[in-house]
Amino acid sequence: MSDARPEQVSRTSRGEPVTLLEAIAEALWEEMERSTDVILLGEDIGLYGGAFKVTRGFLERFGPSRVIDTPISEAGFTGAAAGAAHLGLRPVVEMQFMDFVSPAYNILTNYIATSRYRGSGPQPLVVRGPVGGGNRAGPFHSQNVEMAFFHTPGLKIVYPSTARDAKGLLKSAIRDDDPVIFEEHKSLYRHPGLREVLPAEDLLVPIGKARTARPGDDLTLVTYGAMVSRSIEVADVLERDDGISVEVLDLRTLAPLDEEAIIASVRRTGKLLVVHEDTRTGGIAGEIAARVCEQAFEWLDGPILRVTGVDAPIPYAGPLEDSILPGRPEIHRVARYLARY
Amino acid sequence: MTFPPSPPLPDPSHAHSLLRSMLLVRRFEEKCAELYTEQKIRGFLHLYIGEEAVATGSIAALERRDSVVATYREHGQALARGVPATTVMAEMFGKQEGCARGRGGSMHLFDAETRFYGGNAIVAGGLPLAVGLALAAHMQGEDRVTACYFGDGAMAEGEFHESMNLAALWNLPVLFCCENNLYAMGTALEVAQAETDLALRATSYGMPAWPVDGMDVLAVEHATRRAVQSVRAGGGPHFLEFRTYRFRPHSMFDPELYRSRDEVAEWKKRDPIVLLANRMREAGILDDAGMDALEAEVAEEVDNSVRFAEEGSWEPVEELTRFVHSDPEVAE
Repeated sequence: MSDARPEQVSRTSRGEPVTLLEAIAEALWEEMERSTDVILLGEDIGLYGGAFKVTRGFLERFGPSRVIDTPISEAGFTGAAAGAAHLGLRPVVEMQFMDFVSPAYNILTNYIATSRYRGSGPQPLVVRGPVGGGNRAGPFHSQNVEMAFFHTPGLKIVYPSTARDAKGLLKSAIRDDDPVIFEEHKSLYRHPGLREVLPAEDLLVPIGKARTARPGDDLTLVTYGAMVSRSIEVADVLERDDGISVEVLDLRTLAPLDEEAIIASVRRTGKLLVVHEDTRTGGIAGEIAARVCEQAFEWLDGPILRVTGVDAPIPYAGPLEDSILPGRPEIHRVARYLARY
Repeated sequence: MTFPPSPPLPDPSHAHSLLRSMLLVRRFEEKCAELYTEQKIRGFLHLYIGEEAVATGSIAALERRDSVVATYREHGQALARGVPATTVMAEMFGKQEGCARGRGGSMHLFDAETRFYGGNAIVAGGLPLAVGLALAAHMQGEDRVTACYFGDGAMAEGEFHESMNLAALWNLPVLFCCENNLYAMGTALEVAQAETDLALRATSYGMPAWPVDGMDVLAVEHATRRAVQSVRAGGGPHFLEFRTYRFRPHSMFDPELYRSRDEVAEWKKRDPIVLLANRMREAGILDDAGMDALEAEVAEEVDNSVRFAEEGSWEPVEELTRFVHSDPEVAE
């Protein structure tokens, strides 16, 4: 096996900025070096290096017993990861596209999520992969899967928006004793605006804690994933043009939801807008709205509003796909309306 | 189907232990049926009665270091594996002294100590787990075999095929134990499977597979020993099709419209407990007094398990969300 570090995991050691994809690769690499219990399973992750090249060079370094190329059997290898987790391993399963997790929905929700609760022991595994639209990838390669798992007790759901969080949260997820669904937005993978220099030391970001991505006083904008940078851009425009101060809260983890951070911010600003790429119906905005009504109703100075994806499959055609995802103009319009309410 | 002649009787103490194991499953489950009508046991209850030779004979051929993965009709495997009857019964009662804290019930028995990796209420749900258990054992350099039980019905599931492929592809030490009792709940084999020769289908994955008389505990044990020896030696996964029959309805709510009384009566003539007991009597190693003593011993173990379950406690309601996550604060 080779000791050479592949290019995508060597930037931080050289003090260079990394993309979100490189941050994820570094997290995997470091955790595999840290513990031989960490193994990778997935389609074409070895020789091919992964569909998005996250694991290029891993096979050479860690060998085929820890970087396991699987057949196209999502239910089978996710279930195998669960069996291996029973014996103390910490498998990280790559879904080539997170849309393909659906064949493994049974094992994840029935077995893995409930194992600890049923007295069958912990399931320390991670299922990670690319999500999200805007890439002309069509209906089965563009979905967000968080809400398919959100109502299943026992699963944690993580969805980073920055390179720093991607690395720190993935490392935390791998060390977590609970099963974690880890979503990586394809549009963020190589986004030049997200390149940042990361600390050389062990970077851990706690699961379950939201982050104030932009402080503000007039309105709380709760969002996550690819909508974070978009929301910050809109907030900057509103500040500049209208003097509206928007606080952008990046959830980072959807389950467990950092209710405390949301409630604290809303009690301060009195206004809540939730922005997410996922579909409107059954999206997390509904859950957040309910919790804010339960715990901060008296503090609200306006209706809870949401800007979300449209309730339709994500189409391939450019103009259609562009209009299904929440755009800056709509976030701007709704945020401005709510701030002035 | 004609099977090869039954193997010779083993030494008397081993023969007695096989008989005792089957009898324990039988009497334990008869008690469960009673307790179900008394509503001490609730939910769904799937009895193994008639199939005792499969769990008993095959698990007798395993070592303690091996792992077992089973189905929702898994009381037989749990007891044969050595999960204490007390904690199994407490689980049925839903008491926190149960082997799954009372949170799983009949279909979700689990006991890491005996390497019993669970009942599983999803048909074919245990197969990929067995692949992973075998993969981990293989990686950890241990020569453990994982025995994975499933019914004929599971062979229509995608997870069956994925797991067979993975195990064969990676040459993993899995023993696939198909309990072919001819019915997937109430759907007959020929109504559910395009190819009803199940062992033949398994061979399409390049693994050795053969049918076994699942009513003859000696045949089951003999076949399993042969298969386990080969699996442990690095021969890759093997598949055994145990031809067996469940004497009782599928669950406690089954009017059995799908099979005739004659068919059930015909199979009962090959009751696995009677078959072994008769052979032991013919060989002069069992008499009425011996059988009575065995029955008394088993009855005491079953009574003891019921007492244990009755005396068990309910988990406090305050613990409802405990263990949803590893961090109890997160669960609240």
